[in-house]
Amino acid sequence: MDRTDLNVIPNTPSITPELVAEHGLKPDEYQRFVELIGREPTITELGIVSAMWNEHCSYKSSKVWLRTLPTKGERVIQGPGENAGVVDIGDGQAVVFKMESHNHPSFIEPYQGAGTGVGGILRDVFTMGARPVAALNALRFGDPHHPRTRRLLAGVVAGIGGYGNSFGVPTVGGSVGFHERYNGNILVNAMAVGLAKTDEIFYAAAAGVGRSIVYLGSKTGRDGIHGATMASAEFGADAEEKRPTVQVGDPFAEKLLLEACLEIMQAGCVVAIQDMGAAGLTCSAVEMGAKGDLGVELDLNAVPCRETGMSAYEMMLSESQERMLMVIADGKEEQAEAIFRKWGLDFAVIGKTTDTLRFVVKHNGEVMADLPIKELGDEAPEYYRPFTETAPRPVLGPSDVTHAVSVADALEQLIASPDLCSKRWVWEQYDHLILGNTVQRPGGDAAVVRVGEGPKALAMTSDVTPRYCEADPFEGGKQAVAEAWRNLTAVGATPIAVTDNLNFGNPEKPEIMGQVVGCVKGIGAACEALDFPVVSGNVSLYNETNGQGILPTPTIGGVGLIDDLEQSMSLAFKAAGEAIFVVGKTEGWLGSSAYLSTVCDREDGAPPPVDLVAEKRNGDFVRALIKDGFVTAAHDISDGGLLVAIAEMAMAGRIGASVDGVPAGLPAHAFWFGEDQARYVVTIPGGQYAEMIRRAEAAGVPVTKLGKTGGDKLTFGAERPVSVDALRDRHESWLPIYMGAN
Amino acid sequence: MKAAVLLFPGSNREGDVARALRLVSGQEPKVVWHADTELPQGTDLVVLPGGFSYGDYLRCGAIAARANIMDAVRAHAARGGMVLGICNGFQILCEAGLLPGVLVRNAKLRFVCREVFLRVERADTAFTKSYRKGDLLRIPVAHGEGNYTADPATIQVLEGEGRVAFRYARADGHIDETDGPNGAINGIAGIYSEKLNVLGMMPHPENHVDPVVGTVDGRGLFESIVGALKAA
Repeated sequence: MDRTDLNVIPNTPSITPELVAEHGLKPDEYQRFVELIGREPTITELGIVSAMWNEHCSYKSSKVWLRTLPTKGERVIQGPGENAGVVDIGDGQAVVFKMESHNHPSFIEPYQGAGTGVGGILRDVFTMGARPVAALNALRFGDPHHPRTRRLLAGVVAGIGGYGNSFGVPTVGGSVGFHERYNGNILVNAMAVGLAKTDEIFYAAAAGVGRSIVYLGSKTGRDGIHGATMASAEFGADAEEKRPTVQVGDPFAEKLLLEACLEIMQAGCVVAIQDMGAAGLTCSAVEMGAKGDLGVELDLNAVPCRETGMSAYEMMLSESQERMLMVIADGKEEQAEAIFRKWGLDFAVIGKTTDTLRFVVKHNGEVMADLPIKELGDEAPEYYRPFTETAPRPVLGPSDVTHAVSVADALEQLIASPDLCSKRWVWEQYDHLILGNTVQRPGGDAAVVRVGEGPKALAMTSDVTPRYCEADPFEGGKQAVAEAWRNLTAVGATPIAVTDNLNFGNPEKPEIMGQVVGCVKGIGAACEALDFPVVSGNVSLYNETNGQGILPTPTIGGVGLIDDLEQSMSLAFKAAGEAIFVVGKTEGWLGSSAYLSTVCDREDGAPPPVDLVAEKRNGDFVRALIKDGFVTAAHDISDGGLLVAIAEMAMAGRIGASVDGVPAGLPAHAFWFGEDQARYVVTIPGGQYAEMIRRAEAAGVPVTKLGKTGGDKLTFGAERPVSVDALRDRHESWLPIYMGAN
Repeated sequence: MKAAVLLFPGSNREGDVARALRLVSGQEPKVVWHADTELPQGTDLVVLPGGFSYGDYLRCGAIAARANIMDAVRAHAARGGMVLGICNGFQILCEAGLLPGVLVRNAKLRFVCREVFLRVERADTAFTKSYRKGDLLRIPVAHGEGNYTADPATIQVLEGEGRVAFRYARADGHIDETDGPNGAINGIAGIYSEKLNVLGMMPHPENHVDPVVGTVDGRGLFESIVGALKAA
């Protein structure tokens, strides 16, 4: 088209600095855009660039660091950069997964915010051609005493259930934690896992000039306009006023979209596909064109709208849910349309691919935007933001922590604390059994889901210990990965890959950027050492309210593979009279521990260092023990330390135990509640542990016999014995009582 | 056995029940689309699976009850043919008038997915011959609206005619409404039609047929059906 035509585009109010600021663009970013296009943009163009260049879509603050993560591996088919990561699991099958945050919307409107978070991540997975087989989530709420916490928790859980249950995917795992630093900014990280054939993976890159670009799914409305921009800014006191930027979910429409998409993929109609997530039509169309080195021309008059009188600006920025964009194979339009009509969904040809490398948007016959497509994505600003490393905290020795209460009292307090109590109240609201493949249900170290008719199974978990990351981002980042790896190992799985969901405060503050850098470096080091590549992920920054940032929370979603599910393992004690061993070295590390925060009301001290060599060695040892049938139960040791792990095994199996073994010179509370890493508890039947000890010695793995299972009480040394049933009551009752349920 | 599993656009447990039928009968059930008007020739069992038939944003099963295929299901039932509705299928059967009463929101107003104990109220029907009266089955529920209720006269008829199929029980077999997952009247988890050829139930026997994923207490229901159809 003729350049001079642009001068007559009518959607051109003069672009004032205020308008630019309202779009979340910094003056220098706007200047860069003006230079890129060589003129003042139209309002539609300003909207488009604000959507493409915000933090949420462009990763401009984190990209330089994300590039340092290990993303390759023998099994990796697709790493970060697509809708989801793809990993080979043998037999022509692939697991497709990703985790994504929906923090800001969930704080404003918990039910819809959390539900559409689930919807978005499910869409990411089935856009790749995979059928979702499991969902997980990681949730962080404020102090339980904060007046909003109860309502937010209830709304988020109902929203996740409301979406996943109706869509028909089992929600099999996750974590729920509380801390006052999330009072004004909760975290809702949703993960979806799907299965596909390795030779039937679908990508976003468009191919072929002059092909139809088709809009599929629900109609476009005014909901969610600027959602991605909201997700890229801090909250102030006016957070409530942002409610209209939260999308409304329709899991039924999503279910139809899933079935229709998989059906037209099967029918060979799809050249490229991209879901309309953050920044809706803009982001999906630009990505398809830019990745395929093609231009895209859209005619907005063909877009199915839910409301009348929508402007080009609104249509381009709407985040209405359950929509897809596709490039259809030549001559397949009719077949594709018939399949969509069968499922009762909208199908509209709204544009075509071009060879101009320009992103052209027309409405009512007029050009509303005409932008260079590659630059919109590739030339997004990228920042090497200044950062200051988190100052190291002093190491607390076991004797630096006074023990005000007995070991039995502390155990009772810990297992009934908000972070460590049973989350049954939460996961019973999620359908975790649908599809009939849930081998290990929520409540264990990792969920185990059978692949098809077996014998293969996938293990999955989500982990992070934010108080460690706050104390030492590097060690905390390592620990999040190591714990995910351990949890997969404890169920007998070989860990194969991770997705990461990095939640932090405002990256323009050097100390926050220091947390980002430290955590990413730690994650990278651990993924490298444990051969656990990052295949997908999401970054959520600006998690701040009134200047108060959240605890740094880089959630790690780990996936593992079990060759034969008969060889998977659970944490429950199975029988009386079995020997209990701890694998790994116990030194009584109490700095930044759950004991310290829950029992002593202190959150100081350096967190436990993660020795990645020991992690690998001890984990490989435990996995082999499971595979070779030596152990009857296995559990990783994390929050709350050794005694909490043993108590969890006892409560799950409703079998007691008698344990001892506090070494001379170590205070009992440090031995039982220290959070040294790279440790597991395992049980071994009868006297069959001589071979296990021989193996341990050969591998250089420390193993210590602590006692044996049996009875209905936990007995530890000379301390007051605790009834397993009573412990279980405490463990189960905190959350229902807190939520006011009966 | 010729089983037909109905597929509404929002059904989501059709695969689970098809797998259970296949496991027990060795035969693949036919999947019948909601917009069709006829059941496959010779169908002897119609299954309405779990899910959210049309999104179920208003009243569960209300739209599905008016789907094209439901006339054929009514005719099949009227001929004495077997119909099994599980969860959303039970809701649809009530809305379609094939079973009395209604399923309203759970008493605690939350979705609930957990194992329950079901007491088998009679073992002489085509759906329960493989069980014994009083058996306790460990089977999961997964629903937000499973709270069965009806007017007192209807409940009296159901109880008087022995048409309660299963009740939620405690581990010791005792029935207590307040212990149940949803507050259903008299702990009712499933009911029969007058001629005992239509069964609607909220719990999911199809999810407990395989020792790898839970108990196998749900198998008996499918074995009973297969047995009854063989005998017929």
